[in-house]
Amino acid sequence: MSEPLLEVVGLSKAFPLRGGLFGRITGEVKAVNDVDFKLFKGEVFGLAGESGSGKSTIARMILGLTAPSEGAILFEGRDLTLEANASVRSRAVQMVFQNPGSSLNPRRSIGQSIAVPLEARRIATVEIDRRVARLLDMVQLPADFANRYPHELSGGQKQRVAIARALAVEPKLIVLDEPTSALDVSVQAKIMELLNDLGRSLGLTYIFISHDLSLMRNFANRVGVLYLGRLVEVGPVRTLFETPAHPYTRSLLAAIPVISAAEDALKPREPVVEGEIPSPANQPAGCAFHTRCPRAFAPCAKHFPDVVRLDAEHLARCHLLAPNGSRQVATEMQTAKQESAG
Amino acid sequence: MSADPLLSVRSLSVDFSAYGRRSQVLRDVWLDVPAHRHVALVGESGCGKSVTMRAIMGILSTPPARIASGQIWFDGRDLLAMRPRERENLRGTAMSMVFQDPMTSLNPVFTIGDQMGTILKYADRRLGRVRGRAGRMARVHEVLGQVRMPDPERIAQSYPIMLSGGMRHRVLIAMALLSEPRLLIADEPGTALDVTTQAQILKLLRDLVEDRGLALLMITHNLGVVRESADTVYVMYAGSVVEHAPTAELFAHPSHPYTRALIECVPKLSGDTTFRGIEGSLPDYSAPPPGCRFSPRCPLATPACGRPPVDRKVGADHGAACWQVEEASA
Repeated sequence: MSEPLLEVVGLSKAFPLRGGLFGRITGEVKAVNDVDFKLFKGEVFGLAGESGSGKSTIARMILGLTAPSEGAILFEGRDLTLEANASVRSRAVQMVFQNPGSSLNPRRSIGQSIAVPLEARRIATVEIDRRVARLLDMVQLPADFANRYPHELSGGQKQRVAIARALAVEPKLIVLDEPTSALDVSVQAKIMELLNDLGRSLGLTYIFISHDLSLMRNFANRVGVLYLGRLVEVGPVRTLFETPAHPYTRSLLAAIPVISAAEDALKPREPVVEGEIPSPANQPAGCAFHTRCPRAFAPCAKHFPDVVRLDAEHLARCHLLAPNGSRQVATEMQTAKQESAG
Repeated sequence: MSADPLLSVRSLSVDFSAYGRRSQVLRDVWLDVPAHRHVALVGESGCGKSVTMRAIMGILSTPPARIASGQIWFDGRDLLAMRPRERENLRGTAMSMVFQDPMTSLNPVFTIGDQMGTILKYADRRLGRVRGRAGRMARVHEVLGQVRMPDPERIAQSYPIMLSGGMRHRVLIAMALLSEPRLLIADEPGTALDVTTQAQILKLLRDLVEDRGLALLMITHNLGVVRESADTVYVMYAGSVVEHAPTAELFAHPSHPYTRALIECVPKLSGDTTFRGIEGSLPDYSAPPPGCRFSPRCPLATPACGRPPVDRKVGADHGAACWQVEEASA
């Protein structure tokens, strides 16, 4: 395979925990813990996980909004965490935020909002107007929207403006942080269609963060599942959804509310997990998921599991999958694979 | 099913006035919520589901809202014809509500036990019941147990910030159960939670309906949640009920063009979703189309749709307010 566009190596972020009378540092919260993944040009990489799993922190580190504690983020071979590469980063990577209402300045017209990144590049005013009009056209908004203000726009239209603004500097990578979670499904479908089209026509690469796994199934090419700051499973979207290996991924998929019996049949048969994701400040020893895992056995509480390679692109971190562990899940996966093949 | 439903809304129309313009927000909304049943009212933002819920609970601000017509029957009596005092006594006792956001509905500076005790004290006063502080705390611990909190005594002594999102949601449900209501109205239950926690909350609500014989009206925008938990569904669009059916029937044979388009929009776990969406947007409520309010966006619209649609029977307990659907002969 070709060189990756983005490579994240051993990325970690620890936030200090302050306590006591004088706010001394009394500990740390490991929000992101030793995360590795690669991103190839033109693909959509999905990051899934519950709140507190670290998906937004990873996005913020790639954008340079938060400095990593450890690790490197290599973009075409250059480390974005180095200050010297800040200009590379701001030109190559852009973000579309979750809430279109609060990411646009209410006192600026739409045209002014989209022009901000262009002005920062000292582009001539005439040229800016021309580019704003072209960007609005790319996100399928009429040119006269340049003179409107955010309050005159619907949620879906505001998100289109946010996408236009992200596209203004002609980035190669766009991080989409829950881009449609504030929108209705009928509007969400339109935005996803637009992102799909733009991705294809401009050759964009996306990191897609979402808690909506059904949406992820339809948009991402590869998916990484995060639990308490660690990647527990990575794989091509189809493999991951059809033969999920990690018990956490299986429980997540089993809990998705779906709208047809055909989809019910696609979900792994896993009991509803008890309890909630523990606080990242107080992580369980061994495998972080063992406190809620329906299949946990003796080693899970003691030893941190290694990454197990299930096939060329499918990786998971679980004792059950290790060659010397109980092969229960692995066997079930094999049967499922044979069934779907047969 | 021959007995009268516990809650029955009939031809409810609500207007809003703002800046001299009158908007006809609800138009002839109707629905039935029987005891032992979980009923879902589903629709996208701005369809009027929250206004309907507020009108039922009697917490609609009037003005700007005005109930133009209709009746809301609860246990055989019309809530809209009651004296305000009488209605006040029902709220939070016989009918109560589970709010959406625990962070804004729980007071951060009082313990869970204090907040629930206060609610119970006023509910008791309204019902003319006498119960001491110890009696109230016993009841608080009892309902916290009913919502499957592991250690009710400890939870009662906790402040909201000490609890996780799922536990705060359970506290809100417990609060609503304090006075043994017969009707529970839940606003988007669990939608702000993660899927695994949401599944736990939905299971709890379903068990409450089954074990305690509650009538539950759930307001939601999530069709997956509806299918996994409700018995009956009412679909709202632009201030009217456009389709209603038993849950399995609705998802197997959606009839109204809006319901069908909405179901199409939901991403499928099989991965073969074509993102098409619905063209256009909600009508302007101050100048809505005269007939079917979905007709400007409807692929099947004909001139006949210029008249207000009536509910047509398309199957057993299944109706759709659309001129284009084939009426069942039975």
